[in-house]
Amino acid sequence: MTAARITPAEKAALREPWEDIARQRQAVELGMWAFLASELLFFSGLFAGYTIYRSIYPQAFWEAGAETSLWFGGANTAILLISSAVVALVPRAARWPGLGRFARAMLWIGALLGVAFLVLKGFEYREDFHEHLWPGPDFKLHAEGAELFFSFYWCLTAIHAVHLVVGICLLARLAVAGARDPGWFTETPAVQATALYWGLVDIIWTVVFVIIYLPGRGG
Amino acid sequence: MSDAVLDDTSLPHDVSTFDKGYLGDGHTLRSWLLTTDHKRIAILYALTLTIFFFIGGVAIALVRIELVTPAQDFVTADEYNRLFTLHGIIMVWFFLVPSIPATFGNFLLPLMIGARDLAFPRLNLFSWYLTVIGGAFTVYVLLAGGVDTGWTFYTPYSSIYSNSHVIAAAIAVFVAGFGTIATGINFIVTTHTMRAPGLTWFRLPLFVWAMYTVSVVIILATPVLAMALTLMMAERFFGVPIFNPQGGGDPILFQHLFWFYSHPAVYIMILPAMGVVSEVIPCFARRRLFGYDFMVYALVAISVVGFFVWGHHMFVSGESPYANLVFSFLSFVVAVPSAIKVFNWTATLYRGQITYEAPMLYAFGFVGLFTMGGLTGLFLASIPIDVQATDTYFVIAHFHYVMVGGTVSAFFAALHFWWSKITGRMYPETWARFAAVLMYFGFNFTFFPQFIMGWAGMPRRYGSYPPEFQIYHVLSSAGAVVLAAAYLMPLGYLTWSLRWGRRAGDNPWGATGLEWQTSSPPPTHNFDKLPTVERAPYDYHPEGYVETGEAARTIEASQKGGEQE
Ligand SMILES: [Cu+2]
Repeated sequence: MTAARITPAEKAALREPWEDIARQRQAVELGMWAFLASELLFFSGLFAGYTIYRSIYPQAFWEAGAETSLWFGGANTAILLISSAVVALVPRAARWPGLGRFARAMLWIGALLGVAFLVLKGFEYREDFHEHLWPGPDFKLHAEGAELFFSFYWCLTAIHAVHLVVGICLLARLAVAGARDPGWFTETPAVQATALYWGLVDIIWTVVFVIIYLPGRGG
Repeated sequence: MSDAVLDDTSLPHDVSTFDKGYLGDGHTLRSWLLTTDHKRIAILYALTLTIFFFIGGVAIALVRIELVTPAQDFVTADEYNRLFTLHGIIMVWFFLVPSIPATFGNFLLPLMIGARDLAFPRLNLFSWYLTVIGGAFTVYVLLAGGVDTGWTFYTPYSSIYSNSHVIAAAIAVFVAGFGTIATGINFIVTTHTMRAPGLTWFRLPLFVWAMYTVSVVIILATPVLAMALTLMMAERFFGVPIFNPQGGGDPILFQHLFWFYSHPAVYIMILPAMGVVSEVIPCFARRRLFGYDFMVYALVAISVVGFFVWGHHMFVSGESPYANLVFSFLSFVVAVPSAIKVFNWTATLYRGQITYEAPMLYAFGFVGLFTMGGLTGLFLASIPIDVQATDTYFVIAHFHYVMVGGTVSAFFAALHFWWSKITGRMYPETWARFAAVLMYFGFNFTFFPQFIMGWAGMPRRYGSYPPEFQIYHVLSSAGAVVLAAAYLMPLGYLTWSLRWGRRAGDNPWGATGLEWQTSSPPPTHNFDKLPTVERAPYDYHPEGYVETGEAARTIEASQKGGEQE
């Protein structure tokens, strides 16, 4: 198509079989959205299960929700929201002349905030173990359904954490590769795709926060 | 699409200097295992799936031997459970689900839309590796002693009681599932962004539409299975009681999540088959496909409504009667677009110049068996009959008619139709016709008796049974021998044709799709000059059109019934 007028940066970012970086960017974005739709259905299995059991055992879910640590949950929500805002700057900044280094710095900040989230989560898990909130014979609560609440607590947060680890790796990879080849960094569709993925990880967390940490507060 | 384009873009292909196209582009193992060429990845898939098809086939052969006598005497009951489970897992996830999309879809989608490759070639290779890793887990399960839950992994048996390799088997399915999702994403993006100039959505061949709709179903259904299996594994491994009544959980939730995937999975198997048949029938009837628009709408309708019928697998699981009513009604509704397709294929034949090459025979086999499978599906969609037939051989026969009779027949139709495009050689026609007829006969021989014994009450998944059912089991096992022969024959003569088959030329069928405009086998970059499209698909016999050249010769040759050089 416009193969004659390709800049070196575009050339570095072009992948087979594309001849046109704008088309390629469109394709990668569409692919990422399709993947996010798939991810959403993946989590929706858990959300559906949670909804059903919550409607069967409203009282137990209320009691069990109060056992979670609002401090850890709230702090982590704040951390992820900030990281999301930071990472959202990257796609525009990466393409802006002269802002490449800034964009890469934002990637590192986003990744570090992700690590901070995981560290806090680790401390929270330790506390939960000490308090016998792991479903099983020594489980702390006795209301029928409370164990279910904590089954969802563990599954949701653990599966989310796996996604977060993947996200941190993607951010770091992008920052490292971008420092090595700043031209590629300005043009590659991977920037937008990575930011989209990070956005999903963040949005899933906000839902988790609402359904796991907020029941049983207030009132 | 149009022959005008054919004439001025691709030079007449000299049959005497045989160009090996993409097949000649590297002969090392590395050139195959690290390839990003969609055509080579399709071949990798085809070889992998063929191996699994035969492993799954051996498992069921042992089952059919056990069932020849009423007593449990050939294998133990425990081994029997492991055999039919292995058969189910392998055939569903390592053959039927990826079968047509990962092989023919991979090979043909870029060719049919006039593109150089799929949108993400490296992702494509990655999905093959995921399939292989999943396959490796399955082989591990096989060698370590198997799994006995049935392919449905129902809780709480799978999550608490089973003493077999449930986790490894679930990981196998999980990993292979993500391979399929990656393929689905690749197909969706490719169809959206890489169509040739002039190739509007309503000029797409139905095979492309089938690949597109099936991809949407794949990316939305498969992750739910992944989550169901993840939770089942979490329960088995960590003891979280999500499906365990002792902790307040409900095993039926697993069934809901499982069937939310596994009913659409039937459409993941059958939509590609419908795509294949929609290419083959117009070509050998030399007619424009009847009701093209409605064929497209029917594909879309099936994939949408197919998401809302899963509850029909749980009529006897204690589902509420109101839910049963809705699921039953929707299961009847989803039959309507399927029926539209069958009528349109039939109407395409009307006043056609029909010839009976092997792909056409397989396609006819598809229509016949799919119709049988679909109609018995209506029996099962009505609640009173389903209560009677639940967990009997009637259900087994029904879904084998759809999934095996339908999908596997179409797989073989595709294999013969595009064999010359893939390899550059013709298969031996007489042998292929014989195999096609034998497959149809063997299939009915195997599965029709299962309808009868199921109706009479023979339950599924038992290695021993009351003697009055023996006659049906003996018939079924004898039929399985015929069917096995029909499956093995193509393996023989197609391999033979790789070396001794007649060189086919670029378009031996005189077919209209873009894939026929490039050479056979196609070059690595698919087209020397990317095509443009000016007409609707299936432009057989446009006005003032006379068959010439290779197409006319082939038709003449086929009317003489020969495969002479
Ligand atoms: Cu179903």
